[in-house]
Amino acid sequence: MRPFVYERATSADEALRLHEDGAFYLGGGTNLVDLMRLGVEEPARLVDVSRLPNGEIELRPDGSLLIGAAVSNSDLAADRTVRESHPMLAQAVLAGASGQIRNLATVGGNLLQRTRCSYFQDADKPCNKRNPGSGCPAREGEHHNLAILGHSEACVATHPSDMAVALAALDATVHVQGRDGERTTPLRELHRLPGNEPQRDTVLDPGDLITAVEVPPLDIPSRYRKVRERASFAFALVSIAAALDVEGGTVRDVRIALGGVAHKPWRALRAEEALRGAPAIGEEFQRAAEAELDLAEPLRDNAYKVPLARNLIVRTLTELGEQS
Amino acid sequence: MDSEVTPVHTEITLVVNGTEHRLRVDTRASLLDTLREDLGLTGSKKGCDHGQCGACTVLLDGRRANACLALAVAHDGAEVVTVEGLARDGRLSPLQEAFIEQDGFQCGYCTPGQLCSATAVLDEADRGWPSAVTGDLSADPVLDDDEIRERMSGNLCRCGAYMGIVRAVREAARKTETEEARA
Ligand SMILES: Cc1cc2nc3c(=O)[nH]c(=O)nc-3n(C[C@H](O)[C@H](O)[C@H](O)COP(=O)(O)OP(=O)(O)OC[C@H]3O[C@@H](n4cnc5c(N)ncnc54)[C@H](O)[C@@H]3O)c2cc1C
Ligand code: SF4
Ligand code: FES
Ligand code: FES
Repeated sequence: MRPFVYERATSADEALRLHEDGAFYLGGGTNLVDLMRLGVEEPARLVDVSRLPNGEIELRPDGSLLIGAAVSNSDLAADRTVRESHPMLAQAVLAGASGQIRNLATVGGNLLQRTRCSYFQDADKPCNKRNPGSGCPAREGEHHNLAILGHSEACVATHPSDMAVALAALDATVHVQGRDGERTTPLRELHRLPGNEPQRDTVLDPGDLITAVEVPPLDIPSRYRKVRERASFAFALVSIAAALDVEGGTVRDVRIALGGVAHKPWRALRAEEALRGAPAIGEEFQRAAEAELDLAEPLRDNAYKVPLARNLIVRTLTELGEQS
Repeated sequence: MDSEVTPVHTEITLVVNGTEHRLRVDTRASLLDTLREDLGLTGSKKGCDHGQCGACTVLLDGRRANACLALAVAHDGAEVVTVEGLARDGRLSPLQEAFIEQDGFQCGYCTPGQLCSATAVLDEADRGWPSAVTGDLSADPVLDDDEIRERMSGNLCRCGAYMGIVRAVREAARKTETEEARA
């Protein structure tokens, strides 16, 4: 590991001041320290932002949540308010990693964790994301758990976060402090599709600090479900965050976001569109899921994700319809 | 010498198993290597060094954490409890006793991590923290075997002593409950 200078920031302004070329912010370090050990990231300086005064969760009068970026994944999932008001978010966080990792991991770091593509994590291999222009061995190699939607010639990686999938379904907004001041970005636009710049996971610029995530209220039944290769402590093959509002047998509102299928949390807008105003019955859920998955371009070894995603959509909506 | 390879050192303080230590560490040092190599506390094990096995689990400011992913320098001032600190006044904790009674290990390599993790599992359940298998998130969870398996899933055991581990955690949870009810 390359030696680095460590600084602990006590305010967002100070964090930005301490961030210079070659610096990285440090949250819990559960992804970054691992990547440094693998030689994938080589920061010259770490600016620790895990103790900034944004470690609180606030329930606002309108029912929205303001979650500080330094809140740990554990505290987010254990929070009584979040469990009552946005159960899908608590479920998504609990579906990720392990109890000991969630204690260290922060909300900001979770959003910006990097892909688990095995070539990306192996500094001796070519990889367009790690070393632009070097090629993408995953396309013809080991890709059974990589993308089926929105990938490019340059990169077929998936974004690994469970939490981000729920936040995409919830229409969350990310608060960012950058060199030019504060701004907000819809979470659905934070992560990018790879295109021909797979080295850029997100739209953030160097030095941009995530300070909080804002989540609008949700008062319809919702849930997060994850399919993986073992019962627990594994990344998603496919996951879903869904919410459904049925009135008089008709779909009034629906949200569907998929994880494990693309370079970003995949909001299934086509399926949602097909469902709004439609009868809340299995055939319609099936038709909507198929409309979305018509967009899929599976690779040699991951075509199984297409029926898996479809069935996950149909089953989850059916269950939510029964609660509605 | 190339400045890029000159290590950077910092002074930190750690309170480990109740004793305060002033240490000079390389910024790159993990908490795990610091405990094992600088403090000679070799109970915490290095199974993977990537957060995947849980053998390095310690209690960091009261919460379980993978010491291999934590940079020592980022935890200046922290209180750490390792497996060496679980016993009180020479008496094993109820959980340690339960691991012995219930055959919670074979080779023992994963055991320090299992013990620290399970100690935190009991505490987390006490505080009402849910898990991925908790059906009703608004209720307080009950530590049944499914809950124990899910909560302990960050600790792998190559010997496959899982049955005994689940039994041990269940027994320790029951004992602590009866003791609390008596108190
Ligand atoms: C074995 C293992 C299994 C896992 N399984 C899962 C899983 O099933 N599901 C899942 O979702 N995740 C999983 N994870 C990933 C885990 O959730 C992430 O590592 C964690 O959420 C990252 O948070 P952190 O605070 O530790 O981030 P760090 O590692 O500290 O940082 C990650 C990135 O975010 C940047 N960063 C951190 N905070 C900020 C900020 N406030 N503003 C701007 N940039 C910032 C850092 O510079 C770095 O680039 C797993 C991890 C491991 C090791
Ligand atoms: S899929 Fe993306 S991350 Fe994986 S090897 Fe190809 S370019 Fe690299
Ligand atoms: S050594 Fe830390 S999790 Fe394996
Ligand atoms: S007892 Fe041998 S690894 Fe668990």
